Amino acid sequence: MASSAKKLKDQVGLTGNSAVALAMKQINPDVCPAYPITPSTAVIETFSDYFANGEVDTEFITVESEHSAMSACVGASAAGARVMTATSSQGLALMWEVLYIASGMRFPIVMATVNRALSSPINIHCDHSDSMGARDSGWIQIYSETVQEAYDNMFQAIRIAEDKRVLTPAMVCMDGFITSHAIENLTLATDAEVKGFVGDYTPEHSLLDTDNPVTMGAMTMPDSYMNFKFEQSNAIAGAKEVVVEIGKEYGKLTGREYGLLDCYNLEDADVAIVVLSSAAGTTKAAVDELRKEGKKVGVLRPRLYRPFPHQEIAEALKGIGAVCVLDRADSMSGFGGPLFTDIRSALYGIENAPLVMGRIFGLGGRDFNVANAKEVFEETFKALEAGKIEKTTGYITI
Amino acid sequence: MSSEKKNKMPLGGIINKGGTCEDYDTGGWRKFRPILDKEKCIDCLICWAMCPDSAIIVEDGKMVGFNLDHCKGCGICDVECPDKVKAIAMIDEKVAKKG
Repeated sequence: MASSAKKLKDQVGLTGNSAVALAMKQINPDVCPAYPITPSTAVIETFSDYFANGEVDTEFITVESEHSAMSACVGASAAGARVMTATSSQGLALMWEVLYIASGMRFPIVMATVNRALSSPINIHCDHSDSMGARDSGWIQIYSETVQEAYDNMFQAIRIAEDKRVLTPAMVCMDGFITSHAIENLTLATDAEVKGFVGDYTPEHSLLDTDNPVTMGAMTMPDSYMNFKFEQSNAIAGAKEVVVEIGKEYGKLTGREYGLLDCYNLEDADVAIVVLSSAAGTTKAAVDELRKEGKKVGVLRPRLYRPFPHQEIAEALKGIGAVCVLDRADSMSGFGGPLFTDIRSALYGIENAPLVMGRIFGLGGRDFNVANAKEVFEETFKALEAGKIEKTTGYITI
Repeated sequence: MSSEKKNKMPLGGIINKGGTCEDYDTGGWRKFRPILDKEKCIDCLICWAMCPDSAIIVEDGKMVGFNLDHCKGCGICDVECPDKVKAIAMIDEKVAKKG
């Protein structure tokens, strides 16, 4: 008790949005173009307070839409600035065109993405439809389970995106309302620690460097476009190693080390659930209860989703009897969600591959509680006992 | 694999110096070729000012012809040549090539 009380003494209580805004303040980016949208509004609202109070050196640009916000991010990044913004849902959808421009031009913009459902029907609550729609946009995607992790991921995302081997934009995702609006206790890094960790940003090229003029965004023809894409593809694939490296370095600084995956009781598990973000916490609680009953269950939470750590996932799930992949977004393909198809593909052809099924959950903020997670485990056990999957994909809690 | 390694591209599609369009031949796009009647030309140089590709060749303040490596055959010079002068005409590129 004494040690946990001491641990709590150094902690503060913050919502996910406040913690992310605080991280942005500590990073002190050169430019922040932003347009507020629920549930990420408070990130920008809080950051604009820091700006108004003179607590950051940032050029804060209020724009007329998210398309403009991301366009201004691209412009500022072309000028050589360290750039950050935040968005959700329709805002991210409106940025879609410019997301590809940012990644193709290799600008290390960092964006907090507070996950929310997409219209229609209109809904402000959490699911992953927004960021999953951007999964092929060439942005690194890191999914955060808790407020602490969302906060910690912001600093790491800066380092990962700006790494010379990567130079690719990154989004740090957290669950709308569940994480963004819930107060959790967390440990903060000091301003000096953050400053030392993120360092200064030196752009490869800058449009403001008139001594070394460059053209950006030029037309490419069939003889070169594919080569640019090939190099971009290699750069984002290589980000995986950098994520591990930076996660270790951050661990040395703060005592909180991060990797590609969060494996919970997987080693001896007969069945497992694969799920992103906050729902992993709920599932871990179900695992604790089922373990007490002697059931060997576990959770795999990919922290990094783009690039997709397929080898590490295959290694982590190898030998487990049956796996259910829970998607908080539907691909509308008639074949489950995006995480399911990626995981199933990663497992194809490996030795001792588990049976894999996919279930859609939690759309538009639909509750996913411990009892729901236990039901999924139960169904997965049934598949294991039967030796086959009755229903490969489907919905739960409907 | 070897084809994957060669041809390292500049980061993010930048062009890392100025004036590179001079090396890029756009004359092949031409469907119509401008022809100059030097006897009519008054060297007002309006064509030189208006040409979007800097393809009007001027020497000692006189219009002397067209840079056909860069002229795309847009015909702006023909249109802009004053009505009382009309020293430029556009002719079919295929016909021009046959001479």
